[in-house]
Amino acid sequence: MDFRLNEEQQMLQDTVARLVRGEYSFEKRLAFSETDLGFSADFWKQLSELGLTAVPFSEELGGFGGGGVEVQSLMAELGRGLCLEPYLQSIVFGGGLIRQAGNDSQQQNWLAGIASGELKAAVGLQEPQSFYDLNNVETRAEKNGEGYVLNGRKAVVIGGHCADVIVVSARTSGDTRDADGISLFALSPDTAGIERRTYPTIDGAKGCDITLNDVQVDADALLGAEGEAADVIEYQAGRAIAALCAEAVGVMEMANELTLEYLKQRKQFGVPIGKFQVLQHRMVDMMSELEQARSMAILAASVADSEQGDERSRVLAGAKNVIGRAGQFISESGIQMHGGIGMTWEYNFAHYAKRLIAINHQLGDDDFHLERYASLLQAS
Amino acid sequence: MNMNYTAGELAFRDEVRAFLEEKLPADIAAKVNGFRRLSKEDHLRWQKILCKQGWYATHWPEEYGGVKWTPVQKHIWDEESCRYGAPRSIPFGVNMVAPVIIRFGNEEQKQKYLPRILSGEDWWCQGYSEPGAGSDLASLKTRAVREGDHYIVNGQKTWTTLGQYANMIFCLVRTNTEVKKQEGISFLLIDMNTPGITVRPIITLDGEHEVNEVFFQDVKVPVENLVGEEDKGWTYAKFLLTYERTGLAGIGMSKAALSHLKQLASRRMKNGKPLIEDPSFSQRIARVEIDLTAAAISNLRIIASVEGGGVPGAESSMLKVKGTEIRQSINDLARRAIGPYALPFLEEEMELDYDGEFLSDKDAAPLAAHYFNNRKLSIFGGSNEIQKNIVSKTILGL
Ligand SMILES: Cc1cc2nc3c(=O)[nH]c(=O)nc-3n(C[C@H](O)[C@H](O)[C@H](O)COP(=O)(O)OP(=O)(O)OC[C@H]3O[C@@H](n4cnc5c(N)ncnc54)[C@H](O)[C@@H]3O)c2cc1C
Ligand SMILES: Cc1cc2nc3c(=O)[nH]c(=O)nc-3n(C[C@H](O)[C@H](O)[C@H](O)COP(=O)(O)OP(=O)(O)OC[C@H]3O[C@@H](n4cnc5c(N)ncnc54)[C@H](O)[C@@H]3O)c2cc1C
Repeated sequence: MDFRLNEEQQMLQDTVARLVRGEYSFEKRLAFSETDLGFSADFWKQLSELGLTAVPFSEELGGFGGGGVEVQSLMAELGRGLCLEPYLQSIVFGGGLIRQAGNDSQQQNWLAGIASGELKAAVGLQEPQSFYDLNNVETRAEKNGEGYVLNGRKAVVIGGHCADVIVVSARTSGDTRDADGISLFALSPDTAGIERRTYPTIDGAKGCDITLNDVQVDADALLGAEGEAADVIEYQAGRAIAALCAEAVGVMEMANELTLEYLKQRKQFGVPIGKFQVLQHRMVDMMSELEQARSMAILAASVADSEQGDERSRVLAGAKNVIGRAGQFISESGIQMHGGIGMTWEYNFAHYAKRLIAINHQLGDDDFHLERYASLLQAS
Repeated sequence: MNMNYTAGELAFRDEVRAFLEEKLPADIAAKVNGFRRLSKEDHLRWQKILCKQGWYATHWPEEYGGVKWTPVQKHIWDEESCRYGAPRSIPFGVNMVAPVIIRFGNEEQKQKYLPRILSGEDWWCQGYSEPGAGSDLASLKTRAVREGDHYIVNGQKTWTTLGQYANMIFCLVRTNTEVKKQEGISFLLIDMNTPGITVRPIITLDGEHEVNEVFFQDVKVPVENLVGEEDKGWTYAKFLLTYERTGLAGIGMSKAALSHLKQLASRRMKNGKPLIEDPSFSQRIARVEIDLTAAAISNLRIIASVEGGGVPGAESSMLKVKGTEIRQSINDLARRAIGPYALPFLEEEMELDYDGEFLSDKDAAPLAAHYFNNRKLSIFGGSNEIQKNIVSKTILGL
């Protein structure tokens, strides 16, 4: 048994780490966050030039053919820098959906561009009523002469404001909560009838809600077989969960490092506050929560690209549950131990704390995944 | 044992309710109930209404314009005004500096400052904390040196809540460096318009401007602005902290927040059903409601124990810890209740006069920000760790 990265994986991680350290100071991040784009076009270009946007794609697409572990190494470093670029949405999730569901010509249309970073994808699967259940779809796609007409609303599409292609789910048959009857469509955001309401998010990124109003698309916008997208969505959401868990581990590492450093440096009552045992123990708990999270993120990465089945689903639900809980504990404990400083915009810790809470609201929170895990529980 | 209100207390509660129903402006209540920002003008408008009723200065003796309420009456007022969505009074003038002036100030200070607090002419802020003096307040360094009939003040205060609205600040300053740190502190009243004072905003993690840094450079403060005796300020500061702590459990506010949460959870959907009918979410709500019930009774037990006079002891520290934890859990649940919609940070929807379409629920926009903002509850007014230190020292003898 060996949990170390191999040489190539280590190189990949070092490359990203160096890039993030060089380009993503806290001050720069605040400035990126405030632009209309909401992230750094230049940093995105550098990711692309170094081949990093292509990591999970096959070699024909200029990729690495990377799997869960490669994506994990990369995401952790993006997490450490609180990077705002839509890597998860475009490269991992959007690219993954098109790769799995798309036919040859659709793959040709989109994937090379996504892998090179030239095109950005976003994913619109949630709806106002869906909570975190991706099979809860009310948006309808009706077949007509030229293709399909879509009507409905997609909720909290991170990165949707700047995407070149948005993969949305829509119902071609069945009732709101049926797994059967869900289809995927690749939409170009300037299609008539698509309206986006863009907003910043609490953790400094950007997203939008998308209203689909009689959106007419050609038949070749349909990704995969009509009505059979639920399995693809589940599989790719699983890959995205693994990547998000890896990012979260990077965020937690930094949050813990900052807190530990503060405990050593901040003095009250004539001693560093890290001398108070109640804070020492809380810091130890933060560290062991991080280790729990790290272990689950590793496990999640190891199943991310394996065959779908209950075991894979359990691991991913378990990982996201642990990440959610550990993230909240670290976020709240870190703020508490920083005192007033932990509450301020100008100091970086608060932004790590906010990202950890925000991660719990992406792709299902710890409660959602606890229920999911429980529903898959084995009798023995 | 009798846990019921007396007939007199019930009649008082009816009177309070009738007053709130009639006099509390609907727009202000809507802001409070929806966790939206209150303006300075909102606070002052409500203060005027309370003053007219004679119910603003609930901690003052009648001779200065206070109202003679028993602890139970104060509790009823607190509970009912939270329930109706009345703003909590900004405490720095009416509930903090005023009791200190009344107890330790001289006649001129009482004549000068108390009426201006009632009228809203003075807005006070609290200048205790410094960058190097938070939990260890007594280590504060802001220096006041006597020169003739003035003190010359140099130093910095921080975390000054709503200092941007204030024209007066009460400060703990060091007047003696030769003695034990607690024995060289004085209590000064300072006009914020004095030359040499600079106020700089601190933006909190939720994007709010609620706290400030206040810098003092060679600020001339007349000696008549000293409260009580020089170097005795620590005694007055501690007297004030006991007042501060009693309100911090926030039981009334938790009750209001819980009711808001239940309404929210009745509107939000999960698995095609209202969230409040979801087994796991309803259990989370139930648990916090049970904890709140227990804390509310503890609060009443403390109130009953001081019916005959006096101030509560270290039990209120325990209640501060519990009470803030409960409020923070309610905020946590409200954020969870909106699922993915906790992410959008829609500042425009946080304004009450927003007349566009709501992205999701009408009350959703402030919830995540409010959750983050209320992390402060376990930090200020003596952090929860400090409260536990107090309990273990004074109650447990450890
Ligand atoms: C079932 C059982 C089997 C055992 N078997 C063996 C054995 O085979 N061989 C052997 O040699 N011993 C054995 N022990 C003894 C065991 O190692 C001691 O109980 C243990 O070291 C704690 O010592 P104590 O019981 O004297 O408690 P104390 O040391 O008096 O501790 C009391 C409490 O104070 C806490 N505490 C103490 N110091 C600190 C500190 N600095 N900071 C914070 N908290 C502190 C402790 O965590 C504990 O909660 C056994 C004990 C048990 C219960
Ligand atoms: C939103 C907000 C508003 C505020 N408003 C005001 C105001 O209007 N006026 C004002 O004067 N102040 C105000 N404060 C300041 C507040 O009182 C301080 O933040 C508080 O006293 C903690 O001090 P600190 O922030 O320096 O943290 P520190 O004292 O540095 O504490 C950091 C951490 O160490 C812990 N710690 C410290 N000492 C011990 C110990 N002995 N044992 C165990 N743990 C310990 C603390 O609990 C905390 O977790 C406000 C603070 C906030 C966040």
